Amino acid sequence: MIDVSSLTKRYGEKTAVDDLSFTVRPGVVTGFLGPNGSGKSTTMRLILGLDAPTSGGVTVGGKPYRDHVAPLHEVGVLLEARAVHPGRSAYNHLLALAQTHGIPRARVDELIELAGLAGVARKRVGQFSLGMGQRLGIAAALLGDPKVLILDEPINGLDPDGIHWIRDLLRSLAAEGRTVFLSSHLMSEMALTAEHLIIIGRGRLIRDISVSDFVRDSSRNVVRVRTPQAGELRELLLAPDVRVSSDAPGVLEIEGLSSDDIGRSAASSGFVLYELTPVEVSLEEAFMALTHDAIEYRGSDSTATTTIDEPERIAA
Amino acid sequence: MSSATVTLLRPREVPATHVTQGRVARSEWTKLRSLRSTWYTLLITAVTTIGFGVIASAATASRWSSMSFADKATFDPLSTSLLGVNFGVLAIGVLGVLLITGEYSTGMVRSTFAAVPTRLPVLRAKVGVLALVGFAVALPSTLIAFFAGQALLSSEHIQISFSHAGVAGAVVGSALYLMLVGLFGLGLGTILRNTAAGIATFAAVMFVIPPLVGILPSSLANAIDPYLPSNAGSAIMDITVQAHTLSPWAGLAVFAGYCAATLAVGAVVLMRRDV
Repeated sequence: MIDVSSLTKRYGEKTAVDDLSFTVRPGVVTGFLGPNGSGKSTTMRLILGLDAPTSGGVTVGGKPYRDHVAPLHEVGVLLEARAVHPGRSAYNHLLALAQTHGIPRARVDELIELAGLAGVARKRVGQFSLGMGQRLGIAAALLGDPKVLILDEPINGLDPDGIHWIRDLLRSLAAEGRTVFLSSHLMSEMALTAEHLIIIGRGRLIRDISVSDFVRDSSRNVVRVRTPQAGELRELLLAPDVRVSSDAPGVLEIEGLSSDDIGRSAASSGFVLYELTPVEVSLEEAFMALTHDAIEYRGSDSTATTTIDEPERIAA
Repeated sequence: MSSATVTLLRPREVPATHVTQGRVARSEWTKLRSLRSTWYTLLITAVTTIGFGVIASAATASRWSSMSFADKATFDPLSTSLLGVNFGVLAIGVLGVLLITGEYSTGMVRSTFAAVPTRLPVLRAKVGVLALVGFAVALPSTLIAFFAGQALLSSEHIQISFSHAGVAGAVVGSALYLMLVGLFGLGLGTILRNTAAGIATFAAVMFVIPPLVGILPSSLANAIDPYLPSNAGSAIMDITVQAHTLSPWAGLAVFAGYCAATLAVGAVVLMRRDV
């Protein structure tokens, strides 16, 4: 259980986390979602007491992190920036962490095996690929068999095999009643891994919602209709809970009616339809629409602008 | 990989353990011994301490017959054989700085403080481990430097005996000085949290400031000079009575005071700042 209450962190003029409150419950995988620079990593550092909050507070398992006598058994951590000395071997890195708690060497060997690092455990970490580094970070997080896991972008740099491995691992850890909290900036990834979502933007809470609710809320089906009688069809279909928009002559985008309803109405009035296509709004688009206002660092290239603007138009 | 395999591979229960100062010290020992830079800097400390002492002793022995009376009058066999200590300080000081700044520059410090969130045990463990390892390397180095130096000087019968009053203390004290220099570097590194800044500040305090003080009016220079960290610390190597220097153990005590003060400031910074 992680309890964040009115957490605020300012670095000089910049507010990284702004009056943030949420609870991460045990037994489910909770995704922490937000665009880059939205305060996810800062929040995680605040949870761990690495940074001190400007105001507000956070407890893990009922206590501030610093008050735990055996923090590695309470919380396992993977931090985004590789928190490892590149000159040290993977084995010695894990051993040094284990020794702070008197965790036996056998446990270190076990985790090296589990994370698939057996072949490279004696190599210096500086020579590791990003994926290997992530596996080492996950091994370190699991060292104390913790009740809570806090993982910052754990999927970054993993190959498909590794992604599959960590998804299964996280789900089974949550199923055992552990609290699993992982951050990502990819909605599609979270939809596959998490059951609950905490979405933030500019350090503020945007949504605290289950994945299934988010999917239901965001899958407002839009139906695209191409017809020579666009004007008449619009008149026919307009109702209080139906929205019709158009961005090209002869093309309508209709929200609030199913394609069946539209087809039936058009047929009964004798309208000609060239196209009748249900368009699903992807979760990624719904997420981007949600965080649109909160995006601080917008892409300057045209592709980035398109992907950000498109969902806004659809959701508008 | 199926979820069944994952369940099988899932970590089993770990016996409940917790953080203690002794465990943190073991962890810090593992960290210290598992980096190459540790062994390089310790090797350089030993080589320079012994090497420069031997070179100075050999050079003096070979020139002795042609040296002026004045030079012979100020010759001190003890400090000649321990001359290398003044160079050894650079390497062990760098080790002290790296011991903590290496954690900040790599991000390791976040793993360290996530495991030991009370932080202070980590600094205490670093002090303890560095003091033990530093002294374990420094003592043989000063002993070898002394005996090798005296053996070379004995060809001119200008050596001093280990049993001569104050000599044994000076040789052991020089090793303590080297050890303390490592701790001084650790303190500076803890305050500055940056390798380049730490080493530069260390070098400035130990090597750059002393000659600059010489520029000051002599009354002022004479008053300040003995209390400069490097001068106070290296007083331990000189058992001859000289003007404007502290007595050997008083000097070493002053240097130990600088170390303690630096580490104390470092501890406050460590507890207060975000990492």
